Amino acid sequence: MRYSGFKVIKEALTGHKGWKPAWRDPEPRPHYDIIIIGGGGHGLATAHYLAKVYGQKNIAVIEKGWIGGGNVGRNTTIIRSNYMLDGNEPFYEFSLKLWEGLEQDLNYNAMISQRGIMNLIHSDAQRDAFIRRGNAMMLNGADAELLDAAQIRKEYPFLNFDDARFPIKGGLAQRRGGTVRHDAVAWGFARSADSHGVDIIQNCEVTGFRIENGKCLGIETSKGFIGANKVASAVAGSSGRLMAKANMRLPIESHVLQAFVSEGLKPVLPGVITFGAGHFYVSQSDKGGLVFGGDIDGYNSYAQRGNLPVVEDVCEGGMAIMPIIGRARLLRMWGGIMDMSMDGSPIIDETHIEGLYFNGGWCYGGFKATPASGYAYAHLLAKGTPHETATAYRFNRFETGHMIDEKGMGNQPNLH
Amino acid sequence: MRLPCPLCGERDLREFYYQGAAVSLTRPDPDAGADAWADYVHLRENLPGDLEEMWHHAQGCGAWLVVTRNTATHVVKGAKLAMDTKRADTKRADTKGART
Repeated sequence: MRYSGFKVIKEALTGHKGWKPAWRDPEPRPHYDIIIIGGGGHGLATAHYLAKVYGQKNIAVIEKGWIGGGNVGRNTTIIRSNYMLDGNEPFYEFSLKLWEGLEQDLNYNAMISQRGIMNLIHSDAQRDAFIRRGNAMMLNGADAELLDAAQIRKEYPFLNFDDARFPIKGGLAQRRGGTVRHDAVAWGFARSADSHGVDIIQNCEVTGFRIENGKCLGIETSKGFIGANKVASAVAGSSGRLMAKANMRLPIESHVLQAFVSEGLKPVLPGVITFGAGHFYVSQSDKGGLVFGGDIDGYNSYAQRGNLPVVEDVCEGGMAIMPIIGRARLLRMWGGIMDMSMDGSPIIDETHIEGLYFNGGWCYGGFKATPASGYAYAHLLAKGTPHETATAYRFNRFETGHMIDEKGMGNQPNLH
Repeated sequence: MRLPCPLCGERDLREFYYQGAAVSLTRPDPDAGADAWADYVHLRENLPGDLEEMWHHAQGCGAWLVVTRNTATHVVKGAKLAMDTKRADTKRADTKGART
């Protein structure tokens, strides 16, 4: 069923009796060509591109809970491609281009809003660093715009421009960045994948891999054994837990990241603001809530909740740069579990076990990567070679010293 | 979350600096080879449950601690001085992580 304005009007006039479930609820078949573990954004996107772009049939997505119930429903919905390094920037720009055409591709309203993202600058050194980053972005076909304080004041007059420690001296804007309704991304990809014949199997937990003679033959699940030619993990946040069932250790630690939303307010924030120096960023959802966050808590965690010191730190950052936020009441706060990798960059690669593939290590930046991650993973699964934008995301970069370390922090995941 | 420093008593999380799983207690030999070192520097077991980890009481006594903490619940099971642990463990040849 195609969605359209005409369809909405027709259903409104006929008692809304023509709507059907957006995807089926099938029982697993005994064998699939490709099984994707994880019904989050990346797993569902992988299924969509495998079926639609790479023409693969006989695919299943296996999800422990319900689709979209993990990090794709817990992030702060920002999309952007303002990275610097060669291993990253072409990939994230590819992702942003996919976002731009996604709603037509999926025939689904994901409320993609290119309202722009602005990184604030407080010193000459920071301006130099952002000019360098902006140039790297433009060399890779992305857009970047350097603004002075007066230009920012026009768009965001309420910011604290004259803070003693972090006065606003300018900003680096990416106008094509913005926000997306995150749940709709999971639902849109799921509906499209399902319409191309992908089985989405929810409430089915993977309990182990069946591996014989170095080859993965399928997965053991709470609904029994399911065979597969290829098994593809896409469970960022739980990667360590899942891949341990294949006796793999990863260059990843799991950490908790908190996010916050205020009560609904009238429109005040036209775009996304990041105050990196104060560990704070904020945007306003279409419902009116101020959606904001800061750093990860900084210690290994599988608990989907954090501790109060980071709440205090984030709120201090908000008050420092945007004092009007003090009048808004906090509505909700929550935590999600991140795959924090050893260099702050992700992995999309085959493993040493034949037929077992891995996608993870997205740190706190996986949402914006959703379409490109799915596309590149589908390419790897269908063709056996990395997608041209994801050639650097290999496991062996840690052994060979080809880390993609945007922040230059080394092998300490909580510093990325 | 509060951590029980053996020298200072129970102290607030904010006084401590975190350095991840306590793999440094079982560092490979200098000539153990590139594979052993790449493994030691980068690979982690990373399961939910009890984990031995390194915390530095940076804004307190300055001691490095080995804290046992549950990563699924944040319950802290105990802490000891890293220097004591290191001395007691010098004969451990296991380089496969420090999970207890």
